[in-house]
Amino acid sequence: MTAEATTGPSRVRDRAQYGLCAVLALAGLVVIWDATRIGDATSSNDPVGPKALPFVIGAALIVVSALYALDVSRGGVGEQEAGEDVELGHPADWRTVGLLAGAFLLNAFLIEPLGWVISGALLFALASFALGNRHHVRGLAIGIALSLITFYGFAIGLGVNLPAGILDGIL
Amino acid sequence: MDNFSALLGGFADVITPLNLLFALLGVIVGTAVGVLPGIGPAMTVALLLPITYGLPVEQSLILFGGIFYGGMYGGSTTSILLNTPGESASVVTALEGNKMAKTGRAAQALATSAIGSFIAGTIGTMLIVLVMPQVVSFAISLGSPEFLGIILVAFVGTAAILGSSRVRGFAALLIGLALGLVGTDFVTGQQRLTFGSPFLADNIDVVVIAVGIFAVGEALWVAAHLRRKAATVIPVGRPWLSKADWGRSWKPWLRGTALGFPFGAIPAGGAEIPTFLSYLTERKLSKHPEEFGKGAIEGVAGPEAANNASAAGTMVPLLALGLPTNATAAIILAALMSYGIEPGPLLLTKEPDLVWMLIASLFIGNFFLLVLNLPLAPTWAKLLRIPRPYLYAGILFFASMGAYAVQGQPFDLFLLLALGLLGFAMRRFGLPVLPLIVGAILGPLFEKHLRRSLQGTGGDASGLIGGPVSWVCYGIVLVVLLWPLIARLRRVVDRGVDGTGGSGTGGFGPSGTDGSGTADLQDGPYVADGESSPDDRGRDLHDSTFGSSSPAPTRKEPES
Repeated sequence: MTAEATTGPSRVRDRAQYGLCAVLALAGLVVIWDATRIGDATSSNDPVGPKALPFVIGAALIVVSALYALDVSRGGVGEQEAGEDVELGHPADWRTVGLLAGAFLLNAFLIEPLGWVISGALLFALASFALGNRHHVRGLAIGIALSLITFYGFAIGLGVNLPAGILDGIL
Repeated sequence: MDNFSALLGGFADVITPLNLLFALLGVIVGTAVGVLPGIGPAMTVALLLPITYGLPVEQSLILFGGIFYGGMYGGSTTSILLNTPGESASVVTALEGNKMAKTGRAAQALATSAIGSFIAGTIGTMLIVLVMPQVVSFAISLGSPEFLGIILVAFVGTAAILGSSRVRGFAALLIGLALGLVGTDFVTGQQRLTFGSPFLADNIDVVVIAVGIFAVGEALWVAAHLRRKAATVIPVGRPWLSKADWGRSWKPWLRGTALGFPFGAIPAGGAEIPTFLSYLTERKLSKHPEEFGKGAIEGVAGPEAANNASAAGTMVPLLALGLPTNATAAIILAALMSYGIEPGPLLLTKEPDLVWMLIASLFIGNFFLLVLNLPLAPTWAKLLRIPRPYLYAGILFFASMGAYAVQGQPFDLFLLLALGLLGFAMRRFGLPVLPLIVGAILGPLFEKHLRRSLQGTGGDASGLIGGPVSWVCYGIVLVVLLWPLIARLRRVVDRGVDGTGGSGTGGFGPSGTDGSGTADLQDGPYVADGESSPDDRGRDLHDSTFGSSSPAPTRKEPES
């Protein structure tokens, strides 16, 4: 249906795809390497054992990465995903992606020591800042409201597993 | 009739004030999240699944039924009012629905969509009650070799049929299978791909995979390409239908239902094909064909009904075989497994109460959807104007909350980010997401059946052959894998280049080996657009030599 994109008349060589092929092949090698590490564990009860499928999947990954590379060399291009808020044609905005990943990591580090209400509010405020929000106070206020609502509604109301952190006893 | 009394029992279990409150909550939250731009039903269900974890199984199911239908309906609202559907199944709805909205008939478009969804959902759920037990009584006789074949069909179907490029589909499938390997082997207790980490030892939770790939991947991808100006949203009043609109809608609703349900129930069917077929049918049968392309109500009513009926149809293979046929169903499967329910032929005999409760919850969720969404539509429309920084920050917020809630491990948040980056890369390189999810969920099941089938024969490969069901499955797999070759050959035969081509095609079924199948993957995209491609000529020369020389040697293989 969208096949025209793979071999259009205006073939833009997308060489970054070779990188993906390399990653796939590498993943295949890792899967195989990991399987060789497993001791010989087949038995009469389990003639296949835990090694067989990893070998097959690893080998298939390598084969597919080669076919993929062949497809790319023939001019095959994967269609980038479009969407209602997506504007293709610009180069990717790596600064935003990096800031988002940073906000995400910060939350992962802070969620247990400080608790979800604080780390979640920070995550929301920082992520909306990274995405272009310039109302800093409003962003933080929405973040605090969201994390308080989710904490009381889901953690206390529905029993979802969220940490209270340093606010334990206050909330 | 037995089934209906069991279903009534399910209703009796569900209808308590507290449970109804949960159903209502599920529908509200599901619609509110599903209506947000960029969030399709699968992502809605994945994001909201963790909020059901703290509840007893029964209430989880009820809440979940509401979320499922709410998320489905929310997606159609987005495509009507914003013209940019969140998922492929709503593409067709947007065709006429957005045109209707632009000519001031947004209220009617939303009404025919809501009522059509309700009717299709009700009939579809009724059909589950009728069909599912039949499928179970057939499936209960199936052994591991048969399941192996069925799962293979699901693998090959999602990787090769859906999407535009076979090699990219298979790459996604294999990544999913590799992710499914991570953890402790269920027979021997050996650690696989855990790299010594105790956090990976008990497998990567499917919810973390789904949320990472769908939600985090999407948020990062949009962040890298954020549109400067938000799309325009059409304001809407309370949905209503005039008498003439009712008259034009009811037949498309029923036809859409009839098209949607069977496609939902077959592996790799999905909602894209029936919604499109329904659109074509309505355009052909309409008394107002001139309105098509300018906002014909039939073009909304039919596809919307088909979409919902196909969602109901996916519940049949899901409950009876444990086989998800689309992304949303894959996440429902993960949800059921996390509640300690293992879908499959034994489910209906082992836990009939839960099954009927789930189905009763679907009926109730569907009903609440209609009651709520007609009056609340203007409110939902306002959600579409949510500033994009807040929207995607909110997605990351809920994704983190959900992934943490699965096991209470910060480690899962790091994993989530890694999977989000993988999802980003897949969007960048045009790898389809569904094969990955299906591979990750069904991979472990595939291995279980593989090892079980070979256990019976002590490792002899004859254990894989099984009965007629698996023969049919292997046949389908071969045809799909060899399709580019077959299509080429047929073209050659049509042009009379190869006079003996007719007998040549016949030889392909038995002669196909795994090697020749995978070797052909690279040709997927070329054959798919072969008819229209400008440089088709040059390749055809190659094709005809290939086509006439290749059948002969391959046909000899089985004898040797």
